[in-house]
Order: sequence, then structure tokens, then C-alpha cells
Amino acid sequence: MSMTLLYVQTLNGLQLGVLLFLIAAGLTLVFGVMDFINLAHGVQYMIGAYLAAMFTALTGNFFYGLALALPSALAFGLLLEFLIFRHLYDRDHLDQVLATFGIILFLNQAVKVVWGAAPLSVPIPDVLSGSIRLMDGLLYPVYRLAIIGSGLAIAVLLGILVSRTRIGMLVRAGASNAPMVSALGVDIGKLFMIVFGFGAMLAGFAGAMVAPILSVEPGMGDNLLILTFVVIVIGGIGSVRGAFIAAILVGLVDTLGRVFGPQVLRALMDPSAASQAGRALAPMLTYILMAAILFFRPGGLFPAKK
Amino acid sequence: MIMLPENGPGFLKREAVPVLLFVLLALVPFVAALGAESYLLSLVTRVMIFAIAALSLDLILGYGALVSFGHAAFLGLGGYAVGILSAHGQTDALVQLPVALAVSALFALITGALSLRTKGVYFIMITLAFGQMAFFLAVSLAAYGGDDGMTLPGRSKLFGFDLLKSDRAFYYAVLLALLGAYGLCRSIVVSRFGRVIRGARENPQRMAAIGFPLFRYQLVGYVIAGTLCGLAGFLLANQAEFVSPAYMTWQRSGELIVMVVLGGLGTLHGAIIGAAAFLLLEEWLSGFTEHWKMIFGPFLVLVVLFARGGLMGAIRRIGGGGGHG
Repeated sequence: MSMTLLYVQTLNGLQLGVLLFLIAAGLTLVFGVMDFINLAHGVQYMIGAYLAAMFTALTGNFFYGLALALPSALAFGLLLEFLIFRHLYDRDHLDQVLATFGIILFLNQAVKVVWGAAPLSVPIPDVLSGSIRLMDGLLYPVYRLAIIGSGLAIAVLLGILVSRTRIGMLVRAGASNAPMVSALGVDIGKLFMIVFGFGAMLAGFAGAMVAPILSVEPGMGDNLLILTFVVIVIGGIGSVRGAFIAAILVGLVDTLGRVFGPQVLRALMDPSAASQAGRALAPMLTYILMAAILFFRPGGLFPAKK
Repeated sequence: MIMLPENGPGFLKREAVPVLLFVLLALVPFVAALGAESYLLSLVTRVMIFAIAALSLDLILGYGALVSFGHAAFLGLGGYAVGILSAHGQTDALVQLPVALAVSALFALITGALSLRTKGVYFIMITLAFGQMAFFLAVSLAAYGGDDGMTLPGRSKLFGFDLLKSDRAFYYAVLLALLGAYGLCRSIVVSRFGRVIRGARENPQRMAAIGFPLFRYQLVGYVIAGTLCGLAGFLLANQAEFVSPAYMTWQRSGELIVMVVLGGLGTLHGAIIGAAAFLLLEEWLSGFTEHWKMIFGPFLVLVVLFARGGLMGAIRRIGGGGGHG
């Protein structure tokens, strides 16, 4: 295996990890603060992508599209919170699973009705098109680097927000003991609304950023949602730091496992069996990783509670 | 058939709804013979197969409060056992069924032992992840159709004969399986084992303090539920004469949960009613519009928000009391 391929795939893994982090950050806080399981977080990502596609087509400029998509994603998240989620906080997990499952069914179908079943494509903005030479023989698309960069920047901002500001302090306190925060006079409902809206916007941002490199289609958030769950479980529910480390870990393991898994196996067994086994094992790697981590640390790497 | 315990005078009153259900199901082929026979038979057969799957989920979800979000994996395992064996020329149900059940049980044992170490939201997500794992494994089986799935050469044979070939014979075989599954679940629920599982749902700390090794009880329950769902997978593959990874998408697991909750948690026959309600509603709504999920999604949200206890609960409330044990 060549080093160039390794570098390229590491960057790809990093990009997936950053994306996962953007989605996981909001979700892990929603889980942590309100003990609320939100399956519909993946559709927020999808909605973000669709909004970006729509506004980009309307304005003819990806950056205007992005700028319009973010507040719309936020508004949409707040609307969902107001209409449905608010009434589910004190229900058990099963009710939350069911109601958010219903929302997924509705929204996956609704985007088909509104934007059509055919995938939409968004052109890569001119400024960020083309590839850049990182080292000898290593070309990498600028746009993908931009995704990694913006994701890392948001991770840093979020880290500061959570660890240095008053609202961040309340969020952390809420994640470790919500009833106590409430008892101390903090409006926990309002706090959750902020966390929820912010999380929806981050997921929407992730969706908008990938719109130019993936096809925007119904159900695009569903499979990513499951990977996000894996990230949250590995990182520990309610921990933004855990989510970041786990997201990068999962992104790298998933991407590198798919590319190099069969190659590593080929050294151990005959080629055809290796490629068979590799293809079967690679998608399972992240789940095996999760099972292993949960076996040794049932609360994840950085549990927020206790 | 398994004997139902407590065959006292209260039996008929308590079991009135399930008895009525099974009588109706037994009569369906006669009604079907009057009109669109193959359509009606295949629809109700499908309902009964999913009823078995929902029953098995109700055993751990309704009675054990274990929200397993990867239950569809067992449907797929049972189905692929049929598919892979018949691809290698082994088409007799006497071989296929034990293999399907054994594979499901083994998968349940391994994933259950890992998942049951966790609680609450973690349990939901880890079962979901294991379900996805099984799904991706099926997708990667290029030799057996991969993403597209595989068509079976025909229904499973029984003792080397095509006994299940006719739709009506298959219908009664499935009905028999459903009856057996119901009887088994009912006798488990009222047994000492079932009471321990229910105790763990109500108050795990107290049960553990009394001295019950809950982990082992729950694991056994999980394995039984998984094996039973493997039976449903075996039947589903036989009905469709086709298996594909679509059997075990996480949406399918979600639908199984919907069925159980729709019918009413922890009632067993509610799972049968829920499966029927879900599939018939799907059939009916998709007759109106291809966007039936836009109606079903909000319906589900409304059921959760306003109709606690599922459809049976709502019917009971409208009927004014008369609780079921």
C-alpha cells in the first residue's frame, strides 16, 4: 500500500469524522441534558442539505445559500421542538423513539413531495474548486479541505463555548445533573430549547457543507444517524469532547478499514477469500469497535454523568 | 400445542380476544375463496408472520422493558438461513428451520450478552448498532446477491415433499406457527421465569437485592425472543421466496416496535393486533397515495402523544374500564 493512498484516505477519514462530529455534538447534548433520544436528528442534516441546495439554486451562490440555510435550519429545529419534542421530555425512551421515528417517516417523504425524489446536486463554489498539491504526488480537493477546516474551527469554537461561557457551564451542569440545575432556578426548558436549536443548526450545517460533494436525496441522513449514535455511545453521552474524539476515531476506522482492511487480510489468507472477508468485515469494524469499548467502559470514553 | 396454564373458569374471559383473533384467522381462507383469494391470503399470511416477530419483541419490550432497536436482524438471519441453504441445494424445512433458529439464537446470545451490560439509551443504541452490523454483513454477501438480495428456487420442502407449495397450506402452517408462538409466549409470561422478567421491568434494584441474577434471566429472554423472530424470518423468506438486506434495515426494527406499541405493550395478543393494524393501514393508505408515510408519520406522533397504551388501550378507555391482566 502506498503512502499517498494512506494520506488521502486519512484525510477522507478526517472529513467523515468532522462531519460526524457536527451532527453528534448537538445530539449528544440533547441526550445528555434532557435524556432525550432523538432519532430525527438525521433528518435535520438532510433538511440542511436540501435548504442549502434550494437557496444556492435561488441565489446562484453557494455562500449566500449557506448563509440562508443556517438560520432556516435553526428555525426548523425550533419549530419541531415547539410542536413535538417539548411534549416528549418527560416521556420514557420508548415514546421518544416512536414519535421521532414518525417524524423521520414524515420528513423523508415530505422532502420527496417538496423537492422531488430525484437527487439534487449542488455545484462546488468556484473559489473552492480544484485540487491542491499537499506534497509530491498528493493532490487533494480544496473543497474537502474546506470541510475539514470549517469542522475543526467549529469544534474549537464549540469547545470554548462549552468550557468557557456561562451558557456552556449551564449545559455541562445540565448534562451531569439536570434536576439539580432546574432546582437552582435555571429555566431548563429554555436551556434545552437553545441546545436543541443549536444542535439542529450544526447538523444542518453539516448537511449544507456536504451538499456539493454528495447527492442530496431523501433518507440521506438515516445511515449517518446510526454512525452518529455509535460516536455518541463511544464518546459518552453528554460529552462534547468525547463526541469529538469518538467522531474522528470512527471516521478514520470506517474509512481506513474499508480501504486497507482487505489489503491487510490479503497478507494473511489467499486473495479471493481476503477480499470477500474484507468486504464483509470493513463495514462492521466501527460496530465491533463500539462493542469492544462498551465492553470495557459501559458508559463510553468520557461519560458526562458521575 | 402448548397447554395454557391456569385453565380456570376465568380462562375464556381472559383469553376472549386472542381466541376470537385465532378463530377469525382460521376462517380467512374460506372468506378468501369467495373473492381475491391469492391477494387476501398473502396479505394475511404476511400479517401473521409479522405478528410472530412482534410477539417475540413484545416478550422483551413489553414484559422486560428492553427497547431492542435491532430486532429486524433476526428476521434477516432466519431469512438468509433459508436463502443460503437453498442456494446450496438444501431445501428441506427440517434442515433449514433448525439452522435458522440456531443462527438466530447464537446471534442473540452474543449480542445480548454485550448489549445487556448497558442500560436505557445505551441499550437502544447498541442493539441498533448490532442490527446495522447484521444489515451490512448481508449487503456484503456478494455471493448471495449482496444489495439486491436473492430469489429462492421455491418454498421449503417438508420431508422432501412440496407440502407448503399451495398458498392455503402455507397459510395454515403460518397460523399454526403463530398459535405455537403465542402459546409459548403466554406460558413464558405466566411462568416463574416470566415473573422475574416482569419484576426486573418494575424494579431491577429490588429484584437484584432479592437475589435474582437478572442479567442471566434477561439474556435468556433475549435469546428466546431472537429465536422466535428467526422463525418469523424463516417464514417471511418462504412467503416472499426472496431474501434481501431490506429485511433488516433499522426502519424495519422501528416498524416492529411500532407494531408492538400500536397494539398495546405487554399484552401479547396486542402484538398480533398491532401487526395487523400496521400492515393493513400501510396497505390501505398506500392505496390512496404513494406518500402514505406522510400520513402514517404524524399518525404515529399523535398516537404517542395522546393514545397511551396503544390501540387496545384506547379501545379499553372508550369502552370504559375492564382491564386485561
